[in-house]
Amino acid sequence: MALLRITSPHTQRAGRRTSWVMQMVILATVPGIVVQTWLFGWGTLINLMIASITALLSEAAILAIRRRAVGFFLKDYSALLTAVLLGVALPPVVPWWVTVTAVAFAIIFAKQLYGGLGNNPFNPAMVGYAIVLVSFPVPMSQWLGVQSMIPAGETLSFMQSLQAIFHQLPVIDSYTMATPLDGFKHKDLLDSQAAFSSIAALQGPSLNSWLWVNAAYLVGGLGLIWLRIITWHTPAATLGALLVMAGVFHLFDPSNTATPFFHLTTGAAMFGAFFIATDPVSSCTSNRGKLIYGAGIGILIYIIRSWGGYPDGVAFGVLLMNFAAPLIDYYTQPRTYGHKKAKTGLKIGEDN
Amino acid sequence: MRTEKPQTAKVFSFHGGIHPPENKAQSLQLPLGKPSLPSELILPLGQHIGQSSRPLVKVGDKVLKGETIAINNGFLSSFLHAPTSGTITAIEERLIAHPSGLSDLCIVLTPDGNETWTDLEPLNNWQDISKTDVLAYLSEMGIVGMGGAGFPTQVKLQGAHKNPLTHFIINAAECEPYITADDMLIREKTLELVAGIEILQHLVEAENVIIGIEDNKPTAIAALKTVLTQRNSDIQLAVVPTKYPSGGEKQLIQLLTGKEVPSGQYPADIGVLCQNVGTCVAIHDAITQGKPLISRFTTLTGDALKSPQNVEVLFGTPVAHLLEYADYESKKLSRLIMGGPMMGYTLDSAAVPIVKTSNCILAASKKELPAPAPEQACIRCGMCEQACPASLLPQQLLWFSKSQEFEKAEHHNLFDCIECGACSYVCPSSIPLVQYYRHSKSSIREAREANVKADLAKQRFEARKARQDAEAAEKEAKRLARQKATTNKATDAKKAAPAKATPTAAAAPATNDESKKLKVDIAIGKSKLKKLQKQLLEAQENEHVEEISNLQLQVTDQEKAIAALEEQLAKTPSAAPAAPAANTEKATPAPVSDELKKAKVDVALIGVKLKKLQKQLVETPDDQELKDKIAAFEADLKAAQDIVSKLSSNAQSSTNATAAEPKAVMSDELKKLKIDAAIAKAAVKKVEKALKKAEEIKAPEADAIRQQLKEAQQRADELEKALANPETAAPKAAPEKAAPTAENTDAEAAKKRKIDLAIAKAGIKKAEKNIQLLKDQGKEESEIEASEWPKKLIEAQQKLAALEAEEGAPAPVEKTAEPVANSEAKAEPEMDLATQIKKEKVAVALAKAQINKLNKRLESTPEEAESIKQEIAATEQRLQSAEALLEKLIHSQTNMQENR
Repeated sequence: MALLRITSPHTQRAGRRTSWVMQMVILATVPGIVVQTWLFGWGTLINLMIASITALLSEAAILAIRRRAVGFFLKDYSALLTAVLLGVALPPVVPWWVTVTAVAFAIIFAKQLYGGLGNNPFNPAMVGYAIVLVSFPVPMSQWLGVQSMIPAGETLSFMQSLQAIFHQLPVIDSYTMATPLDGFKHKDLLDSQAAFSSIAALQGPSLNSWLWVNAAYLVGGLGLIWLRIITWHTPAATLGALLVMAGVFHLFDPSNTATPFFHLTTGAAMFGAFFIATDPVSSCTSNRGKLIYGAGIGILIYIIRSWGGYPDGVAFGVLLMNFAAPLIDYYTQPRTYGHKKAKTGLKIGEDN
Repeated sequence: MRTEKPQTAKVFSFHGGIHPPENKAQSLQLPLGKPSLPSELILPLGQHIGQSSRPLVKVGDKVLKGETIAINNGFLSSFLHAPTSGTITAIEERLIAHPSGLSDLCIVLTPDGNETWTDLEPLNNWQDISKTDVLAYLSEMGIVGMGGAGFPTQVKLQGAHKNPLTHFIINAAECEPYITADDMLIREKTLELVAGIEILQHLVEAENVIIGIEDNKPTAIAALKTVLTQRNSDIQLAVVPTKYPSGGEKQLIQLLTGKEVPSGQYPADIGVLCQNVGTCVAIHDAITQGKPLISRFTTLTGDALKSPQNVEVLFGTPVAHLLEYADYESKKLSRLIMGGPMMGYTLDSAAVPIVKTSNCILAASKKELPAPAPEQACIRCGMCEQACPASLLPQQLLWFSKSQEFEKAEHHNLFDCIECGACSYVCPSSIPLVQYYRHSKSSIREAREANVKADLAKQRFEARKARQDAEAAEKEAKRLARQKATTNKATDAKKAAPAKATPTAAAAPATNDESKKLKVDIAIGKSKLKKLQKQLLEAQENEHVEEISNLQLQVTDQEKAIAALEEQLAKTPSAAPAAPAANTEKATPAPVSDELKKAKVDVALIGVKLKKLQKQLVETPDDQELKDKIAAFEADLKAAQDIVSKLSSNAQSSTNATAAEPKAVMSDELKKLKIDAAIAKAAVKKVEKALKKAEEIKAPEADAIRQQLKEAQQRADELEKALANPETAAPKAAPEKAAPTAENTDAEAAKKRKIDLAIAKAGIKKAEKNIQLLKDQGKEESEIEASEWPKKLIEAQQKLAALEAEEGAPAPVEKTAEPVANSEAKAEPEMDLATQIKKEKVAVALAKAQINKLNKRLESTPEEAESIKQEIAATEQRLQSAEALLEKLIHSQTNMQENR
C-alpha cells in the first residue's frame, strides 16, 4: 500500500478556505448594496459589474504576465472582493472610466505589483478610491439624492443609469445632491443649528437615507463577526474613536460641530469600520494591535472630516494607518504562554 | 478549599484552542479487545526518552513473561520486560515507530504461546519502605510516561520535589480526536487508576490531587465519581470543556491551576506534577501485583478499519497484526498514523511494533484525511492567532520562517510553539504552518550547533597555541635558569673574595623570593578563581548542566589552592623580615646585577608556574574554559613582569646607594666591562650595516670598513670574554691596572665612534635629501610624514646625538681626569664618579637608541611582537636602572663638590 507520509497535523478544518472567507465578505455587503440600490437606483449594481469585470481581467492579465496559475488565483475571490468594495464606495453614476481606473489601479498597482494576495501593504480598494478621488474630483463628488429631496422626484431608471455611466445624462443635475457630510463641510459660516435647518443635504430624508446605508453595512459587519471572519476589535475601535472624537468636540463646541450620531451614521463610517479597516492583509495582527489600528482610523476619519479637504476620511484614514500597521505589530505582540510580559519592538538577542 | 474538599475543582481557561470533529464514538462501540499473540514481538530498546536500554538476553535465550530482558543504561533510561514467554530469536535493527521512519535495535521475541509468568514480586510494603526504594522499584518495572513522550517515571517523580508540590494533576483529558484509549482505560480500570493515584500521592505528597478530564467522556467521569465517592477520596475531579489541546501538559496545568509553566522551565518549577492515567494504572499494577509494564491500551480506529476498537496490546505487537485484528481494508487505507490526527506521525509500514507510548493507530481513508490542499497566500486573517494556545502570532512566525528571519522568529517566541497544529487546522489558506515552524526551529538549532562547533574548534586552536607558547616559555625559563646558574657562580666567586657572603645573607633574599613568588601565585590563582566563578555563573544562567558541575569542581579546587598558598605565605613573612635586617646589619651591598637577576628569576618562576597551570588545564577534559583561563594567565604573567621590573628597579635604587661606595669598585668594573661590550657589539653591528651599505653602493671604502668590522668584532669578543670570566677580568680591572686597558679601550672606542658618527651623519643627510626630494616632487606634508623618511631622519638625529655625546664625553673625561689624577689622591673618587657618570650617560643613550630600534622593528615585524616586546621591556629596564644610577652618581658628585 502506498501510504501518505506527512508530518502532523493531518487534518484541517473543512470548508473554510480563503475563497470562503472572501465570498462571505462579499455576501456581507449584500444588505448595503440592496439599500444603496433601493435609494440611489441601478447605478451601484452597474458599477459593481464594471468593477468586477475590470478586476478579474486585470488580475488575470497580471497573473498571466507573472506566469502564475490564473484559474487557481482567480478562484480565491480576492480580486472580486476588491471590485465589490470599490463598486459600492464609488458614487452610483460615476462615469465608467473612473471605475475602471480605480479598480485596475487597485488590482495592478496596489496588489499585484506588491506580489499579489497577502503581500500588499495598503488596502487595494482604498488605494484605487484615493487615486480617482484626487484625480477626478468632480465626478467623484456627484452623489445622487433620495427621491423625495431631488428636483426630479424619482430615482434614475436602469437605462438612465446606463446612460449616465457610459455616455452622459444631461438631466443628471436634477438627480444629484450633496451628501450630508458634503453639506455639513460647506456650511461655511453657519453654525450647526442653522446648517441643519437650512441646508438641504442635512434634512431628515437625506440623513435618513445615509442612516439606512450605514445600518445595512452594520448588519453585514455583525454577520462577519458572527462568522468569526473578523474580530470585533478593529470596527469597535474605529467607531469608538470616532464616537469619542465627535463627542468630545461636540461637547466643547456644539455650535460648530455635528453630533456623534451624525458622524457614525453618515458617509462610509460603518462600511469603513467593518469592511475596509478590517482588511486583514494590510491591518494589524494582534488584538491589541487591531485596537490601536482601528482607533487610529477613527481619529483620522474625524480629523479629515472636520478639518481636511475632503468630506469623508475613511480612505485616507485607512491608508495612513496601513503605513503604521507593521510598526504597531512589533509593539503589540501578545504575551506568550509562560512569559511574564509581552515582548515589544525587535530587540534581537534580548530574552525574557 | 481543603476544608470542604469539593469533588470537582475550579476550572480556568486557556487562550485559543480548536474544536475539531471528535470522531471518538467509532472506537467506543466495541468492548475492549484482546488480540491474539502475534508470531513475533519486536521490542525496540529505546521506547522512552533517554538512553536506550541495555539488552540482558542473548539470541536463543528462553524468557518468561515479565522477565527483564533489558536494563537501564544510565540515569535517563528504563527497563524492558518480556511481554510474553518465548525465545529470543534476534537482536537486530528493525523499523520502529518513530517520526523519522528509521530503524533501531530491537529484541525480537518469538512467543511460545504458553504465557508463562515469571515469579512476580509485588511491593506490598510500599507504604513502609523509603520512597527512593519505591522509585527504584518503579524503574525496574519499566514504568515510563504513557502519555506520549515516554519520560522515565522515576526520573519525573524525583524531579517533582524541586519545589513544594501544590498540584498533582492526572491527565485524563485525551483531547486528540479519534483516541479513546484513556477513556477506555478509565472505564475498565477505574479502581486500579485511583489506587495508582493514591500510591503516587504517597510518593509525591502534593497539596491537591486533581484528575483533569474532558467533558466528552461522561461514562468515564461517572465511573471515576463513583469510585472516588466510595473510597471517600481526597482526589478532586476537574471536568474541563472539550477543546483541543486541553490535554497538552501546559494547557491542562493552566486549566486546572490558572498558572502558566514559565517558558523554558518545567511544571516542577511551579510545583506541579502531571501524570497520565496509563502511567498511574501501570504503577498500581507494578506495586500491588508485581507486574512490569508489558502491555497498554491502544485505540485502533479510522475509516479503513471495519471494526475500530480499543485493545489491550502487548508491546512489540506489529501494527499489521492489529490491523488484521480490526479487519482493515487495504484499498481504503491511505494514511497510517500512530497517535492522533493532530500530533501523531505517519508510519511508513505496518511492520512497526506497538511501544510504550503508542496510544492510537489511526488507519485513515483518503476521504477521512484527504491530502493537504495546495498552500495559498497568507492573508493574515488572524484565525491562527485566535486558535493558538500559546498566544503566539502564527502569521508573523510564518512570515519570518518563510523569509528565514530566524532572529525575528525567535524574538516572536518561536520556541514556545508546542506544535499542536491548531493554527494549521484553522488556516483558510491551507498553509502547513507547523511544518514551517519545525523547519525554522531545526534550522535555528542547527545554526546553534554549528556555532558551538565553531567555538570548540576555536578553543582547540587557541589551546594548541597556548600550549606551544607555554612550551616556548618553558624553554625560555630554562635558558634563564641556566644563565642564572652561570652568573651565580660568578657572584659566588665574588662574594667569596670579600668573604662576606654569609649563609644568612643568602637565605634572606631567598625567603624574600619565596614570599614574592607566593604572592604572585596567589594573585594568579585569585584571578583564575574569578574567571571560573564568572563562567560558572554564565553556565548556570544558560543551564549548561554538564558545565556547571565541572566548573563547580574547578572553583572549589581553585579556592583550596589559594587557601593553601595563603597559608604558606603567612608562614614565610616570619622569615622574610629577617632578610632586610640581615641586609642592613651586615651591610653587604648586593651587587646591582645580582638583584636584577633575582628579579629575572622571579619572572622565570612565574613563567614556569604559568606553564604548570596551563598543563593542568590541558589535562582537564573540559575544553570550554581553556581559552579564557590561558588569557588570564598571560595577563597575570605580564602583570607579574611589571611587578618584577618595579621591584628590581626599587632594589637597584637601594643597592645603588651602596654601589656608589668605593667598596663596589669590583662590580663597577664589571659594569664598565659590560657597557664596553655593549658598545663594542653595537659598533660591530653598525659597522656591519655600514659595510652592507657600502657594498650596495660599491663604495671604495668597503675594504676599510671591513677592516674596521674585523677590529670591532675582535674587540667585542675580547670584551665578552672578559665579561664571561670576571675572575680573570677582575684583577685586570683592578684600579691600578685598569689604566692601560681603559686607554686602549678609549682609543678604539673613539675610532669606532667616529665611524658611527660618520655613518649617522650620512644617514641624516640621506634622509634629509629624500625628504627634500619628496617635497620637490610636490608631495603633501602628510604624505611625507606617511613615508618613513622623517622617522628615519629623527632616528638618525637621535643616533647622532647619542654618538656625539659619547664623542664629547671621553674628551672631557681625559681633560678633567688628567689634572685630577695629577693632583691629590682625594680627588680620585671624584674622577671615578665623573667617569661613571659619563658611562652611565652613554648607557642611557644606548638604551634609548635600542628602544627606538626595537619599536621600529615591532612595527615592521608584528609576528615577532612578543619577543620584541620582551626585549623592549628588558631594555627599558636597563634604561631605568642606568638612569637611576646616573642620577645617584650626579647627586653624589654634586654632594662631593659641595663638601669640598
